[in-house]
Amino acid sequence: MIPAPFDYTRVATVEDAVAALAGAGEDGKVLAGGQSLLPMLRLRLAAPTMLVDLGGVAELRGVRDDGDALIIGAMTTHDEVVKHPLVREHAPLIAQAAETVGDRQIRHLGTFGGSLAHADPAGDLPGVALALDAVMSVAGPGGMRDVRASEFFVDYFTTALGPGDVLVSVRVPKLTGWTTHYEKFHQMAQSWSVVGVAAAVRRSNGSIAEARVALTNMGVTPVRAHGVEEALAGAPATADAVATAAARAADGASPLTDGVASAEYRTHLASVLTKRAVMAAGGL
Amino acid sequence: MTVTEQRPGGEVGRDRRRKEDARLITGRTAWTDNLSLPGMLHLAIVRSPMAHARITGIDVTAARGAPGVVDVFTGRDVADLQGSMPCVWPVTEDTVLPAYPPLALDEVRHAGEPVAVVAARDRASALDALELIEVDYEPLPVVLDMEEALADGAPLVHDAAGTNRCYTWILDSAQAGTGADVARMEAEAEVVVSRRFIQQRLVPAFMEPRSTVVDPTGDQITMWSSTQVPHILRVLLSLGTGVPEHKIRVIAPDVGGGFGGKLEVTPEEFIAFAAARRLNKPVKFTESRSEAMLSAHHGRDQIQDITVTARRDGTVTGMSARLLANMGAYLGIITPGIPILGAFMFGGIYKFPAYRFECTGVFTNTTKTDAYRGAGRPEATFALERIMDELAVELGLDPLELRRRNWIERDEFPFTTAAGLTYDSGDYAKATDRATELFGYDALRQEQAARRAAGDTVQLGIGVSTYTEMCGLAPSRVLGQLRYAAGGWESASVRMLPTGKVEVVTGTSPHGQGHETAWSQIVADQLGVAFEDVEVLHGDTRASHKGLDTYGSRSLAVGGIALVNACRRVVEKAMPVAAHLLEADPADLEFTDGAFRVKGAPGAATKTLADCAFAVFQSHDLPDGVESTLDADATYDPENFSYPHGTHLCAVEVDTETGMVKIRSYVAVDDVGRVINPLIVDGQVHGGVAQGIAQALFEEARYDEDGNLMTGTFVEYTIPSAADLPDLVTDRTETPAPGHPLGAKGVGEAGTIASTPAVVNAVVDALRPLGVADVRMPCTPERVWSTIQAARAANGGELR
Ligand SMILES: Cc1cc2nc3c(=O)[nH]c(=O)nc-3n(C[C@H](O)[C@H](O)[C@H](O)COP(=O)(O)OP(=O)(O)OC[C@H]3O[C@@H](n4cnc5c(N)ncnc54)[C@H](O)[C@@H]3O)c2cc1C
Repeated sequence: MIPAPFDYTRVATVEDAVAALAGAGEDGKVLAGGQSLLPMLRLRLAAPTMLVDLGGVAELRGVRDDGDALIIGAMTTHDEVVKHPLVREHAPLIAQAAETVGDRQIRHLGTFGGSLAHADPAGDLPGVALALDAVMSVAGPGGMRDVRASEFFVDYFTTALGPGDVLVSVRVPKLTGWTTHYEKFHQMAQSWSVVGVAAAVRRSNGSIAEARVALTNMGVTPVRAHGVEEALAGAPATADAVATAAARAADGASPLTDGVASAEYRTHLASVLTKRAVMAAGGL
Repeated sequence: MTVTEQRPGGEVGRDRRRKEDARLITGRTAWTDNLSLPGMLHLAIVRSPMAHARITGIDVTAARGAPGVVDVFTGRDVADLQGSMPCVWPVTEDTVLPAYPPLALDEVRHAGEPVAVVAARDRASALDALELIEVDYEPLPVVLDMEEALADGAPLVHDAAGTNRCYTWILDSAQAGTGADVARMEAEAEVVVSRRFIQQRLVPAFMEPRSTVVDPTGDQITMWSSTQVPHILRVLLSLGTGVPEHKIRVIAPDVGGGFGGKLEVTPEEFIAFAAARRLNKPVKFTESRSEAMLSAHHGRDQIQDITVTARRDGTVTGMSARLLANMGAYLGIITPGIPILGAFMFGGIYKFPAYRFECTGVFTNTTKTDAYRGAGRPEATFALERIMDELAVELGLDPLELRRRNWIERDEFPFTTAAGLTYDSGDYAKATDRATELFGYDALRQEQAARRAAGDTVQLGIGVSTYTEMCGLAPSRVLGQLRYAAGGWESASVRMLPTGKVEVVTGTSPHGQGHETAWSQIVADQLGVAFEDVEVLHGDTRASHKGLDTYGSRSLAVGGIALVNACRRVVEKAMPVAAHLLEADPADLEFTDGAFRVKGAPGAATKTLADCAFAVFQSHDLPDGVESTLDADATYDPENFSYPHGTHLCAVEVDTETGMVKIRSYVAVDDVGRVINPLIVDGQVHGGVAQGIAQALFEEARYDEDGNLMTGTFVEYTIPSAADLPDLVTDRTETPAPGHPLGAKGVGEAGTIASTPAVVNAVVDALRPLGVADVRMPCTPERVWSTIQAARAANGGELR
């Protein structure tokens, strides 16, 4: 269908974006790659009166090295993220997950920041950001502030971003000495995760020294599988130990039953996929 | 991999790239929605959000005053103008034919039913104004489940009918005199296997959403529509609205797919027709994808109770099928007849003597069902091929061996089945042997055994589907016996232009099949003209007033014969002209290699059809009694159906931990008779198999308990893309169709018919050691996983 009427402005700086949003009040919305927002407008599930297009804001795009972390601009497209040498070297988990997003056209338009701001429980990047302890840099009416991933994802399609806020960039700590894997489960090649598991593992000698596991679509927000992380810390790097730990994947999670899957199936998948993700991450 | 045969020198049999593709692929063509007429208004439709409700009020005041809006009307406003939607296939004398107003009058019976219309100067204004229309609904009880709908005291979809039963149609081989008595076979059988299979509801999901433009301002009211059936549409528009047929012209320009979904005459077309007449201005209606999902007819949706009887040695003795077929809330043009097209196919390639079929059509508060690729035959073939596998397990036979013991042998044709059809030809053994060889059947069985023994979490399954189908719709006499309102003939006209070029008019209506290419190849060979020198015209009732359009794999199987006959008449008409030009006796001439020459005189002078066409154009010097034209028409009514057949084999890997099914290999060996263009045939098989796999693994239209469609976009209704499909290995055997001058059989639906059971048989085969005997379609990971869970719970179940 055709969206309800709206005003549109294309800004050149973050400052202008924040100002434009302030002028629009509650009914303004940021337009990034449009891959999630436009379908909602076309189905008339959302009807903002002002769209602030960030497509022309050069400072929001690109990846840079910041010592012990990478800074990924919010408007960096999935495709750019997938191919970026810094990402591939220091945060391959992000590249691997971003490569599973939709299809090629979507990856060329959709953005890293848009995925996080949209906070779709089935989206693949929020769980990855959570696993990597990423920190979001946000510009708003009151200036700049940082929000940790663990506080950024608040509820179903809801983040710590207020109506006047712009997500500027994401700081991703480099994981040196870790190996990672994103295990996405979906029936159709171009669809969202039924459940996804982001795993990062640090091995030492014959055991797993530390692990981080975050789950996609096991609740209204991405969740860390703390039970699994605890069980893996110091555990032998064996299939049996991983399977035992993975059995706790859904502890504390509240998966939804929706048109795609039941909570029961998701709970089961969380364990199976966690086992596979940790095994793959740990090179087992 | 494909075996292509090219006959030396001829066009027929050549892998010709399709003439029409450049314009179709680039979109630089006359899709209906690309059309814009001066002063044209755009329509948008308010649709019911309720599955069943009484309309108690509609307030259009605000919408009338909205910017750009020219008119707003409801069903009541156009009650006299809009006409009534026709159903042309009441399958029994007492079939319930409910009133079906294009725009609802007092009651809505499914979510998505049209309720009011806005006409505005542009599309966006029309859509914006929709939100200003207030409709008051008084909810009525909803019935969605077919068995509930038939129970006493069920809410009625149509009060006036007094029942939700649309019809019950029975074919019993003992009563019809075509075979033995099923009840006797059941009483005497050594083995009886009964199963219930569910054919889920599907959405045809054509690529181009439906679009209609109506221009009422000329002598004729002209309708452009994205339809498979311009000729049928013209007749039914006239009969349904009372506008005389000669005052209506229908044009199906390039149409972007149909799959049966555009074998329909739609409320939206009638609404646009009424709007144009009411406003006396051109109007356009183009649906959104969501509207297409919600309101264009759906397919399948049957409950099938199947029983097969056999002797211990594997001889099948009888088959009975009891169906409930979901009609939806209304009857489309051939809704009741779809399951009946399947009634004749439950025998497949087998020669068992006893057969009984009973189908009850049921009304529910859902979108109507109607034709979807294969229309009745995929449903029948699925049930048959699934239960053959179950019988094989019961008997401890390899599924291929069971089929071998029961199929009709090559030398037994023509063969009359218990359902009363006479199959013309086939070689089931040859196709099956070729398929098993390409597939590596024995090696896969060995691997399967090894994985089973090892208790592998990923199990291997092998699925078999051997099929034949009846297509080339259809002998008019048979259609009459089945109470279908029209015939099944097809027509073609060949026009020789003065410069020797050829225009062909076909009554078929291609919507992606490549008729322009195939028809050109046939004409090139028949008339000895170049492929490039043939133009194929179709889909405009002014250019081709006579035709029955495209569906049921009929265009080449039936229309191709009309075309060949028309070409032959052109040659006959040219013969005396050529004789005159060659100063020979017509009786001494022959037409070979595209030219007339004196028989047995190699090297002598020749005249081509182009020479004759120019001579006729000039008409300066024609023999007495010869008309000044070479043009010829032919209409052909088939004696029998066309019976392609084949064997499809599928290997799947099932991850028993997640339930995920992956197709590892797929082999399709089809016999579609002589092939005109192998490239097109491969394309038809690929597309057909993709759609059949989609039913097996991916697609299902689902309603919630209130009758809201839950799968209203492609996010929820998951059609596969290339990335979800395996590499297909396709090959062919060629058993020419005896009754066809080209030896061709239909191919449009074969892939869809054959593939679904091959895939599901493979999934069930993989899980058999876990105690699984069936998996409902679509075999999504969760469904497979929960089926495994249930089987494990039932038999305390480890592997084996
Ligand atoms: C067919 C299809 C399949 C898809 N499959 C997947 C998948 O498998 N996995 C997956 O993760 N995603 C998938 N997506 C979604 C895709 O990743 C989107 O690109 C992403 O969710 C949104 O990014 P965007 O740049 O397009 O944002 P937009 O659609 O432009 O915006 C989305 C929301 O975020 C807000 N927003 C965007 N950027 C900012 C910012 N910088 N600051 C503040 N607010 C902002 C917008 O206001 C809006 O509310 C799919 C999309 C489609 C259409």
